[in-house]
Amino acid sequence: MARTFTEAAIAGIGATEFSKESGRSELQLAAECAKSACEDAGVDPRDIDGMITFTIDNSDEIGLARCLGVKDLAYTTRIPGGGAAAAATIAQAMAVVNAGLCKNVLIWRAMNERSQYRFGQNPTNMQGYTGGHGTGSLLWCIPFGAMTPASWGALQAARYMHTYGITNADLAHVSVLERKYAATNPKAWFYGKPITVEDHQNSKWIQEPWLRLLDCCQESDGGVAILVTSLERAKDLRQKPVKITGACQSIPYNVEVISNFYHEDLTVMPEAQGTAKRLWAQTGLGPKDMQAAMLYEAFTPHLLMQLEAFGFCGKGEAAKFVKSGALELDGIIPTNTHGGLLGEAYIHGMNSMAEGVRQVRGTSVNQVTRRKVENVLVSSGMAGAVLSAV
Amino acid sequence: MSTPTEGAPAAPAAPKPIRIAPIVTPDAKTFWEACDREEFIGQKCGDCGQFVFPPRPMCPHCHSLNRQEVQLAGTGKVVSWTIPRHPPPFGFREAPVVAVIELAEGIRMVSNVVGIKPEDMKMDMEVEVGFEDTMNKHKVHVFRPRT
Repeated sequence: MARTFTEAAIAGIGATEFSKESGRSELQLAAECAKSACEDAGVDPRDIDGMITFTIDNSDEIGLARCLGVKDLAYTTRIPGGGAAAAATIAQAMAVVNAGLCKNVLIWRAMNERSQYRFGQNPTNMQGYTGGHGTGSLLWCIPFGAMTPASWGALQAARYMHTYGITNADLAHVSVLERKYAATNPKAWFYGKPITVEDHQNSKWIQEPWLRLLDCCQESDGGVAILVTSLERAKDLRQKPVKITGACQSIPYNVEVISNFYHEDLTVMPEAQGTAKRLWAQTGLGPKDMQAAMLYEAFTPHLLMQLEAFGFCGKGEAAKFVKSGALELDGIIPTNTHGGLLGEAYIHGMNSMAEGVRQVRGTSVNQVTRRKVENVLVSSGMAGAVLSAV
Repeated sequence: MSTPTEGAPAAPAAPKPIRIAPIVTPDAKTFWEACDREEFIGQKCGDCGQFVFPPRPMCPHCHSLNRQEVQLAGTGKVVSWTIPRHPPPFGFREAPVVAVIELAEGIRMVSNVVGIKPEDMKMDMEVEVGFEDTMNKHKVHVFRPRT
């Protein structure tokens, strides 16, 4: 039978609880969230035929397939770039469904990133910084004391903040908003724990004078999975289908993950600009067509830079845009309505994409209701997707 | 019973370097070996003459494999900087100033600015290269304010 172009959709999402100590293996977390995504969709886990994750995940494809009883796997890949690749999983799942290579693609990410190892601390081995992990250039940072994601993130953000006169106090509004969303989300680690600008300003310096503790994402244990299938099949499954209208990656010349200091203009994220350009061209849509956005924010300044890259506001205007209330539920572009990686959990961006699905389904605990949600942007900087109602 | 020493007391031994040594990949070997000799060497394309950093086997501009290792001027400016407070990074007795330096040749690299108080750090500050010892008897490039 000849292959034909097949539209793709998200049929299921699943997650474990988000904690600081899961008490079980990462493979178990992966299996639990994968099973949960399949149950959400109404698909037998044994019928999964594609499996996609991204680097810095310790759970093994075959190990997970053996847990789920996957009968006949047609495609696997593991995308380099760590969290920056989160939305690339959607792009690749879409592509293999479009091409007719797979019918049920499982995307997953599971981590004991608080109880078993800690991303936020100094490295204990350099294996992750070698080739094939998308982060090889970090070797040029280590001897100088730039050893944590926050240190690389601060160096990336400092030129932007300096150029536009954005101070650490300006960043507080991002943290306060995300913690406000998290406070009403029972799944969030910081459920019921909103913060004030003063709390933010009283938190300790992580990277002086740019990032305080409350500018940084959490370290979390947990797993999130997403099941991608054809739009036609998704319509017959358990949930309202969420169409993948467009999805892409963008890694412009001289860009690298987080230690991103070598491209021409250090006041922008060229990868997010590239993702925006490609995504808007692919879908024929633009920032005004989005009713919500889920933007990867390991650190608060990166949310600002993505708002600018996707054209929600002008260059250097994002801090004022956030302060004006634009990211609130009744604002111009409600953003990270689950509480984001700061407020809900840091499952490497996967939990933010699941929130994008909930907004399209109309099932978020912080549902956008002022407008009907037709399209949601999800971005991890180096990749993005537009998820749409059918 | 102690015996009085003659002449001036010996100078206290310099503290042992605790900075982590660079991890040397094949394509960066020339750069780090030069640092050990306190030489600041950059990679320039032998055909189109453009500088690149980090070092790489092929020129991205003209695809030449004709690499030239040339002496860099050793001057530049700070285009980004931060002070890692928490967790305190390995290899330092006091919090370092970490910076991205843009060299006169137009390439950028991560390094430290030394010999300056954190409160005196400024963007676009002019700096010049120096070298500091690491563990295992290696050296890395650092920068100090240009005099």
